[in-house]
Amino acid sequence: MSDHQMEDMAQKGMDHFRSIIPPSESYKNLLYFAAILLLIIFGWTSYYTVPSDSVAVVQRFGKYLKEVPPGLHFKFPLGMDKATIVPTKRQLKQEFGFATLGAKDFHQFSSPRESEKEKQMVTGDLNAALVEWVVQYRISDPGKFLFEVREPSETLRYVSESVMREVVGDRTVDEVITIGRQEIESEALTKMQELSSKYNMGISIDQVQLKNINPPRPVQESFNEVNQAQQEKEKLINEARRDYNKVIPLAEGEKDQRIREADGYRLKRINEAEGDAARFKSLLAEYTKAPEVTARRIYIETMEEVMPSLKSKIIMDGSSNGILPLLNLDTQKNGAQK
Amino acid sequence: MKSILPLIIVIALAAGSIFLVNSVYTVNEVEQIIITEFGKPVGNPITEAGLKLKVPFIQEVNSIDKRILEWDGSPSDMPTKDKLYISVDLFARWRITDPLQYFLRLRDERSAQSRLDDILGSETRNAVAKHELIEIIRTTKDRVPLLDSLLTDEEKKLNMGSLMPITKGRLLVEQEIFQAASEKVLVFGIELLDIRFKRINYNESVRPKIYERMISERRQIAERFLSEGNGEAARIRGNRIRDLNKIQSEAYRQVEEIRGVADAKATEVYASAYNQNAQSRAFYEFTRTMQAYKSLVSNNTTLVLPMDSDLFKFLKGLPAETKAE
Repeated sequence: MSDHQMEDMAQKGMDHFRSIIPPSESYKNLLYFAAILLLIIFGWTSYYTVPSDSVAVVQRFGKYLKEVPPGLHFKFPLGMDKATIVPTKRQLKQEFGFATLGAKDFHQFSSPRESEKEKQMVTGDLNAALVEWVVQYRISDPGKFLFEVREPSETLRYVSESVMREVVGDRTVDEVITIGRQEIESEALTKMQELSSKYNMGISIDQVQLKNINPPRPVQESFNEVNQAQQEKEKLINEARRDYNKVIPLAEGEKDQRIREADGYRLKRINEAEGDAARFKSLLAEYTKAPEVTARRIYIETMEEVMPSLKSKIIMDGSSNGILPLLNLDTQKNGAQK
Repeated sequence: MKSILPLIIVIALAAGSIFLVNSVYTVNEVEQIIITEFGKPVGNPITEAGLKLKVPFIQEVNSIDKRILEWDGSPSDMPTKDKLYISVDLFARWRITDPLQYFLRLRDERSAQSRLDDILGSETRNAVAKHELIEIIRTTKDRVPLLDSLLTDEEKKLNMGSLMPITKGRLLVEQEIFQAASEKVLVFGIELLDIRFKRINYNESVRPKIYERMISERRQIAERFLSEGNGEAARIRGNRIRDLNKIQSEAYRQVEEIRGVADAKATEVYASAYNQNAQSRAFYEFTRTMQAYKSLVSNNTTLVLPMDSDLFKFLKGLPAETKAE
């Protein structure tokens, strides 16, 4: 291929080129336009703002450069510098076994199918329980968070599930469901903190909170039965106590009543006896002075009192002995009445 | 000639920039680079981050992750030593320590993950099959559980509310899996950092049985509450009868005692008055008899009296002494 031919071809190419792009005036305009566009891109990619709850980690050509506080900052354009914003001051949370609606952080919850599996646990007495919990954490070291572990948030989910099962696995179902909640929270927290610092995730865990803890659904009813039985027990006992209370204090009162009455009898009896005795003694004293007359007097007085009230009196002569004279007593009496 | 100059410049610039772009590359903090020439690795892996140079077009950049990586096993069902089917889900953390080896043996992470699936999966099966379920569930050997105040001694004897004894525990089983697996992954240039059980659950087929057991356990407690309630109520009712009888009989006893004392005292008083001497005895008899007549003799009585009784003896006439006067 000769030079001439080359020239020819180039000439043809240029002609063709000219026919596509506008003539040299507008060609210049296009250059300006390109330059301005470049400048805009330069400007656009050379600043960034860091929100107040975050810091930015800046990398130059992939190498860690610095950590930047909140505010407006400049950097090398065109992807030479890369700023990653890490919300270090924000309280983040992850939910296990349930999901609060409207969460933006997709590490905060898992799909309904997953969360159903998340909460199923086996307790240390080989029972089953459904445990829901929340982990509150912050990103404490953005450098580690970005560069040490690939998926720190996902790893935290694994750690949290693993630790919670470990803790629940060491407890009885009663502890898990009722009496040991606080202990579980604190033990899970310390174990998660240990693991997260061991794993160098740049995450610090602030809180572990247990939410609903339930027995598995088919078992729930029987747990309620226990509660009901407990109430029923109290009821039965209270009713029996009521019956008891209805009777016993009354009986105590009645006992006191009877004792007091007996006491009254005692006083009465003794007083009367003493009265009688005193009277007798006085009488006796007089009697001994004149026994014959006194006795006679008393006798006659008594007879005087007794006799008038009698229905009939028969006075018999001592010489006429026997019963015969008495036989017609009734007729005599009747005749006398008529 | 002048007209083609811009074209040449443009082409040269384009070629230059392609050349330049192809001869530099960036290394991120999170990666390490293996340079290959026609697929063959050259030199040492580059682990330091920053802007680097290479021979354009000939050398290729292969990025390998430097961070700690996660492996999340998919849950799989397996039997334990005590023949319980459980679903086990593990996670592991690993990192690439020998990128060259890793690159030669595995090329990319997908194959690494699948090797880990194989190795950890089989080691997990081995370990789980060698242990009873409780060894995988529990961790602390000598933990004494908090006891529910609801449980009675009887139920404690039946192992309710207590933890089943273990000899090893979860951490040791995890360690066994870890040790067995970490040796096997070394050849891939991988270091296994640790493995942990993420989820251990009863298999669907086992669950109804477990639930039945839990239900029967709860029912038993519920029944106990009911019978405790009834028993306690019966006890209280018994107490009621007992206390009632006690109170009433005590009242009776005390009443009789008091009355007895009263009667005794009265008797004593009477006796001391009446029993002074023969005369007092006679006088008592006499006066008391007189008194008795008043109540004994009522208006229905017919009294037969002899003429020589003390009262009517004068009907026959005056006594001799009076006549004599």
